[in-house]
Amino acid sequence: MTIASLIASPSELTDTASSKCAIVLMTRIRLARNLAGNPFPGWAREAQRETVFEACRDALGASAQMKKGLNVAVSELSDLEKQILVERHLISRELSGAKAGAGVFISKDQTLSVMINEEDHLRIQVLRAGFQLKKTWNAINELDSALEEALDYAFSPTLGYLTACPTNLGTGMRASAMMHLPALVISNQMEKVVRAVNQLGMVVRGLFGEGSDASGSIFQISNQTTLGESEEEIIKRLGSVLNSIVEHEQNARAKLMESDAAKIFDKIGRAYGILQHSHMLSSGEAMNLLSLLRLGIDLGLFPDDSRSVIDRLFIEAQPGHVQQTSKTDLESNQRDSLRAERLRAEFAAFAKPNFTINSHN
Amino acid sequence: MASPLKCDLCPKTATVHLTQIVNNKIHKVDLCEACAQAKGVTDPSGFSLSDLLLKASLNPEAATDAMRCEHCGFTQNDFKKHGRFGCPHCYETFNSMVEPMLDNMHKGTNHTGKVPQKALDRKSLHDRLSALEGNLDQAIKAERYEDAARFRDEINQVKQAVGQKLTR
Ligand SMILES: [Zn+2]
Ligand SMILES: [Zn+2]
Repeated sequence: MTIASLIASPSELTDTASSKCAIVLMTRIRLARNLAGNPFPGWAREAQRETVFEACRDALGASAQMKKGLNVAVSELSDLEKQILVERHLISRELSGAKAGAGVFISKDQTLSVMINEEDHLRIQVLRAGFQLKKTWNAINELDSALEEALDYAFSPTLGYLTACPTNLGTGMRASAMMHLPALVISNQMEKVVRAVNQLGMVVRGLFGEGSDASGSIFQISNQTTLGESEEEIIKRLGSVLNSIVEHEQNARAKLMESDAAKIFDKIGRAYGILQHSHMLSSGEAMNLLSLLRLGIDLGLFPDDSRSVIDRLFIEAQPGHVQQTSKTDLESNQRDSLRAERLRAEFAAFAKPNFTINSHN
Repeated sequence: MASPLKCDLCPKTATVHLTQIVNNKIHKVDLCEACAQAKGVTDPSGFSLSDLLLKASLNPEAATDAMRCEHCGFTQNDFKKHGRFGCPHCYETFNSMVEPMLDNMHKGTNHTGKVPQKALDRKSLHDRLSALEGNLDQAIKAERYEDAARFRDEINQVKQAVGQKLTR
């Protein structure tokens, strides 16, 4: 598979409607792994990184999960291709700036990606649309066990999987969920939620932007610690934190609809109008408008099956994806104009909001 | 009014403030805009607060070069500079430095999760094999032929087990 065909083909995040749990957009788990007896990528010489790269490449190439996937060295990727992979959550920014001997394997459906020679020799990642911690863990556990057939992982009985940074020791696992929390943002409760979640040993970050001002009201919640608990315990703890955030968001929505339905309807109606008629849209503004429409879908103002359109646009409205649709290099204001044009086309045929619904569902 | 907070990583004024509670201890990090960007605070996949805390608490001047990893040449000073280790073996070399750090950083100090059983089995079989081969050599040199025959049988058994592990 080539990078061009990967970018063009349907993927888990851009083509799966996550209506089962509207509030959790995506679940993601990553494992940090290193090969025994080899210096970590940041300290290794180029030849040593190449040796590790070859060993990992062979093991991944032989795994059933990566059959027909993309396998590419970072040096073979253009800046735009790297940016698109970052926007799709398939590689990290750190990898896109990596030195020689770094690369990535991506499965055909774009649910699995394995970065080689990022901060650790291997960063294995599985992502799924919606709230699917157990399935995601089972998939990554299976891939990890398959790789272990061929690779000798650096492991200590007391410290667990040995990683370049001591903050990843133990399970080497970071489990996370991307959540859409517009009602908590509108009702100014995000700071309180962030504080409560931190106390439970989990980390909250805005996906686009910082803290409670995150554009698009999208947040990522993940475990802070990796040593001293099993993977299952961490996942169980994260799952219950996520469930309670979902509940808080639902309560906040119900309260807003009770006290201030007109204000919410006004925001959603205006967002709809701007998406249909604007001629300049920055990616931050686009995220916020799309977020309001997604809230409208959850409230029943738009058909349920239009949620997947919004989820796809959350990714395709980002700068790299917009640039990719143009043959020439764009300045940022040209990109904003092209973004608005694309969104006008997408929303020309989008169902009109139905504000006559019962607001208590 | 109190003077503005300084960035934990450079001399500029901090505008991004992060607080986190790990193991009932409050940790605070203050960063300037540029360092927050550089450290990927806005990047969903590349940011770890405890990692920042670690770096902020390290003081390169106070470090000594007393310890050096025999496998990769990494020194204590290098760790204070990078906040990362050089190789897996460094965790043994710098054990005395790692242990107190983990207390603040993690839920516990002992791994209770997944174990790479296949890799460990493979390693213990290889260790057993080289031990038996050593025994065999000694037995032959000392002309203890009965022992040598026994070691040879055991070696064959282990080799068979290794072969199974590798072809499975
Ligand atoms: Zn700074
Ligand atoms: Zn070392």
